[in-house]
Amino acid sequence: MSSPTIKGQQASRPELVNRSIAIGYIGLMVVLPILAISTQAVGEGLSRLWQDLIQPEALFSLRLTFLMALIMVILNSITGTATAWVMVRYRFPGQSLINALIDLPFAIPTIVTGLMLVILYGPQSSIGTFLTAHGVEVIYAKPGIVLALLFVTFPFVVRAVQPVLMEMDRDMEEAAITLGAKRWRVFFRVVLPSILPAILTGAAQAFSRALGEFGSVVMVAGNIPMKTQVAPVFIYGEIESYNARGALGVSMVLLASSFVILLLLNIMQNWGRRHDV
Amino acid sequence: MMFEKAMTEGLRPKSLPSAAGQSLRMFKQDGVWGKRLLLGAVLIWFGFLVLLPVGEIVLDALSDGVIPFLTALHTPAARHAFWLTLWITIVSVLINTFFGLILALVLAQQKFRGKTFLNGLVDLPLAVSPVVAGFMFIVLFGQQGWLGRWFEQGGIQIVFAVPGMVLATIFVSLPFVVREVVPVLMECGLEQEEAARTLGASRWQTFWRITLPSIRWGLAYGVTLTTARSLGEFGAVLVVSGSIIGRTQTATLHIHQEFNDFHFQGAFSASLVLAAVSFLLLIIMELVKKHVGNGQTLVR
Repeated sequence: MSSPTIKGQQASRPELVNRSIAIGYIGLMVVLPILAISTQAVGEGLSRLWQDLIQPEALFSLRLTFLMALIMVILNSITGTATAWVMVRYRFPGQSLINALIDLPFAIPTIVTGLMLVILYGPQSSIGTFLTAHGVEVIYAKPGIVLALLFVTFPFVVRAVQPVLMEMDRDMEEAAITLGAKRWRVFFRVVLPSILPAILTGAAQAFSRALGEFGSVVMVAGNIPMKTQVAPVFIYGEIESYNARGALGVSMVLLASSFVILLLLNIMQNWGRRHDV
Repeated sequence: MMFEKAMTEGLRPKSLPSAAGQSLRMFKQDGVWGKRLLLGAVLIWFGFLVLLPVGEIVLDALSDGVIPFLTALHTPAARHAFWLTLWITIVSVLINTFFGLILALVLAQQKFRGKTFLNGLVDLPLAVSPVVAGFMFIVLFGQQGWLGRWFEQGGIQIVFAVPGMVLATIFVSLPFVVREVVPVLMECGLEQEEAARTLGASRWQTFWRITLPSIRWGLAYGVTLTTARSLGEFGAVLVVSGSIIGRTQTATLHIHQEFNDFHFQGAFSASLVLAAVSFLLLIIMELVKKHVGNGQTLVR
């Protein structure tokens, strides 16, 4: 491309103005708040931050958050891949409607999600009564957290895998079948390797979302320290009780995790792009 | 890829095609039950996980009929909450559309040092927990905060007031317009703009006549996503607002409050309204999707 704006030459004045506005906006809205909270966190020294972080409630909430997110991500990778497969490879009545509804968890406010799950599985509902009678607690317990996380992150893996499956050449699969390979073998040897980057991308997005999820989890899990209190709920509780210091340590861990996952996602995307060509 | 094609199509012996066809047909036949099983499992899982809870909220909100449903929405607190949500959403959408467009233009059409970094920063609000997002704004705009101190002197309260809630909402919905418009701009290239400029069109004319029409569906999709996120934001707004009844409650905070006060009808009614609006936005997204290429730029 011989465009003067892309190659060489100095940027024109309007371009510089736009660039300054763009950088200024991100600086003010994203960088400055992160700098402010980070400065506050390390303001009284790193050892103080560490002390805040190793409080039993804080540590527990972080461990619980990562564990719940991990369980969710494993389940979602499997169901998400299966859903994407069914949507791309099969034809069935009502398919386009279901395909559109897959995005519903992204559109519905998280507090509404939480409320729906509480009334569906809570002690007053028929399902809740049935489950309690059989010794299964969902609401105000860990299965409820996983359920809420599964709901809010459902579209990630599906939407990451779908386009890759759609574009995939089926020649290889057919060749493998012609050569006598079993179907599951074809899936694991031919299909899975080519959609794995997409699955991982969706899983990483889902995991990142799950670490920070608040609205649905606070409704479903309640706010029971050392039992169902996940990290974002812990932070909220500390802020509510005017204990900003307590909230800072866990906030910094969540922020750092977001950074790392974002970085991994970028690396993964570049890697996928290089292998596409 | 070429090699395999050649192998299966050009180079194979004459006896093979029928054998291949047969095994393929067999593959399809013995796949029927496996197919049905997988399809059934996926549909049941989706129904149980997503559709069942959504159905439940419809039933519960309307379980006592339409009148209690409407009455619960007509209370001053509910009406105030929905108005506030509407205003915050409008402001957030306007600001993020304006700056989002500029960001998209800069990221898609310019090259400069640190662009990759800027690009990464745009995604950050999606990765940050809403609670942490709200907390960041409390720290920045609180009484002792870098900017809060300054506003304090001017007698303007940001945190625990509507301006803080607007800022938090803008933050969490910031990436959508940028993310949807950038790929469309990249695909369009710069040829048409350059042609228009060469023919003597001004920058404004080029933007309104060439750039905007070619990105309009991507932009529409981004705006819809921004709207959905702004309407439904809870965690960040809760932290920033301090949840003062009546004065600083949005619709999502109102639902939370009503539920905690055991006013279940109020919580259900407001939830159903928000769910219905989300559903409407989803339909709009589906309609818009059809116009944006093959819909693949949208799913990321």
